[in-house]
Amino acid sequence: MRITLPIILVAATVGLMGIGLTRFGRAHVGGTISVEEDSSFAALTPKPTTPELALTNLMTAVQRRDWDQAYAALSESSDIDKQAFIEDWKGSNGSLRAYSVLEGYEPHPLHITDDNAEIRVHIRFASPVGPIEDVRDIHFVREGDTWKAVWPKVHIATVPAQVVPVTYLKWDLVTGSSADLWGQKNVDSPHVRITSMTAVNTAEGAVVMGEVVNEDTIPAFVNVNATLLDAAGNSIDEETSFDKIDHVLLPKQVTPYRVDFPNVDLKRVKSVRMDEHATLVPASADPVIGVMNQKVESDVQGKAVLEGDLMNESGDIVNIPHVIASFYDSNGKVIWVSDGYVDRALLPQSSEPFAVEIPRSVASRVQNFHVVVNHYNMEGS
Amino acid sequence: MWRSPISLVISLVCVALCPAQELRVPASVTAGDDASISTTGSGKATFYLLGPGASRKSDVNLGEEIRLPGKDVQHAGEYVAVLCSSTCDSATFYVSAAKPMTLAFVVHPSRVPVAENEAVSGVAFPFDQYDNLVLAPETISFQLASKNAPAISKATRTEDGVAWFRTASGKSAGPVQITASLGDITEKRALQQVASDPCNLRIKGERTAKGIVVETDPVHDCAGNVVPDGTIITFTASDATGKSTVDAPVKAGIAKAQIDASGPAVITVASGIVMGNELRIGGQQ
Repeated sequence: MRITLPIILVAATVGLMGIGLTRFGRAHVGGTISVEEDSSFAALTPKPTTPELALTNLMTAVQRRDWDQAYAALSESSDIDKQAFIEDWKGSNGSLRAYSVLEGYEPHPLHITDDNAEIRVHIRFASPVGPIEDVRDIHFVREGDTWKAVWPKVHIATVPAQVVPVTYLKWDLVTGSSADLWGQKNVDSPHVRITSMTAVNTAEGAVVMGEVVNEDTIPAFVNVNATLLDAAGNSIDEETSFDKIDHVLLPKQVTPYRVDFPNVDLKRVKSVRMDEHATLVPASADPVIGVMNQKVESDVQGKAVLEGDLMNESGDIVNIPHVIASFYDSNGKVIWVSDGYVDRALLPQSSEPFAVEIPRSVASRVQNFHVVVNHYNMEGS
Repeated sequence: MWRSPISLVISLVCVALCPAQELRVPASVTAGDDASISTTGSGKATFYLLGPGASRKSDVNLGEEIRLPGKDVQHAGEYVAVLCSSTCDSATFYVSAAKPMTLAFVVHPSRVPVAENEAVSGVAFPFDQYDNLVLAPETISFQLASKNAPAISKATRTEDGVAWFRTASGKSAGPVQITASLGDITEKRALQQVASDPCNLRIKGERTAKGIVVETDPVHDCAGNVVPDGTIITFTASDATGKSTVDAPVKAGIAKAQIDASGPAVITVASGIVMGNELRIGGQQ
């Protein structure tokens, strides 16, 4: 009995190590793993004798944040230095990429010859705002008996040292005294109005969307709630716009909103009850973010996207820009609302590209669109 | 006839027990004032006083007056006095609010666009020093004073403790002081009259080395009031490369934006649901 337990523990440990090594050797294509930085397993990476193995090694090293190993998987013909390569994956300036981890990937070989290969990689990042997908076409070359990735030059925005005078308004909020009988000296809540509302059925469920305007002269923190009612007036489901809205609206500002009802069929719905909630909020008119060169295009996968560039016209870094777009038909009716996060920080006086997807069923009817930019900053949104 | 269930129950009990003594309560009592209740009979008895926010039990001598100090009758409303020896007797009396000491004054809204009918309302409630609503009719004088308009006054009698007014907002943006007065009691509230929606929104622009700089003329409402700083003006430029938009806040009455466009562009402007003029700018030379 005295030696039986140690023998069992040693055998179990060896067995688990064996299972671990076996899984490590074969399961990374399209899989999801979580590995500590600079893991000692790095030495066990198989020799990249095929483009697929080269991709596996590269992505595994990136997942582990083993930047030495990852950079070593690049061809010398790559037009990128190590710091820029790391920043490409790791993000900087408090951007969304800096809070994201590579969750998995899916390779789709496009073509391969004896010395060259092109693989389209669908990359999934896990982020605080949900999964983020990226598609990259990675070129591989054979160098001797191994394959290596050719990494293109990455444009990392830099801004020269400068002083940007900022004189935009800022609104602070002073709350009344608790001794104020009936709140008779309080300031009224901002006046906001839903200017349009449309309900549609999608494959995922019912969607209620439209636009809201702040008709007041002070900033408002806005949320839109929607309740679906059946023929008897009973509530079927109640949801909020969550992050599908620009919550902080300055005076006369318009934002799209979208409320999703997963797995609810609109045929069951007789009416929709809308509630817009507006509260006083401290706010700043800075930063001003321009949305330049907006156009509807097809991406590499053939999907319709609205793309353009965000231009930060202010002196603050915008850590996480969030784009919300409303799409209109020829009658000016809102037919869809899309949103997307930009995973690069928006530096002062510089621009970053963005793209938001338009569903196939809607794309052909889009005649016009309106884009607003929400922003989250490290010192508050 | 029966003002409360308590008095009904107590009276029914008293009827059953046939009182040997009597209570005589005052016809009217003012909140916070001393009062007394006279009794008949002889011997010892127990006195109970039940009222809104007050209850008391004490031993008394029948035939003597029961003194009610002002602190026992500070809350306006119906009180029940019960006197029990071998049997019980009860009576009810009403405590009225004392003279007005404070005014609760609620004005709505705290911000109002100019030139809107029936947009401003105010309600005043007189209270005595013990926070009882004064139900007796009182005359309250409302006064609205702003910088660029003559003061408006209106006197209103309270009904059931409430006086109110409703009026249109003025023509000029700026603060309005609203006062409610009752005797020497005065309550002041401030209301902000703000510019209405922008009117005749016009823009001008020019091409620079960095793109197109476009700005509005001073943005006014239809009454000529400058819209508040921070109001968002949306500039939209359409050119061959697509559409560019900038939501720019008004600063010192003017909104300004820089738009990145190299070719000929058509620029439009809007604020909320109000549209402005259209501007055509030629391409870069």
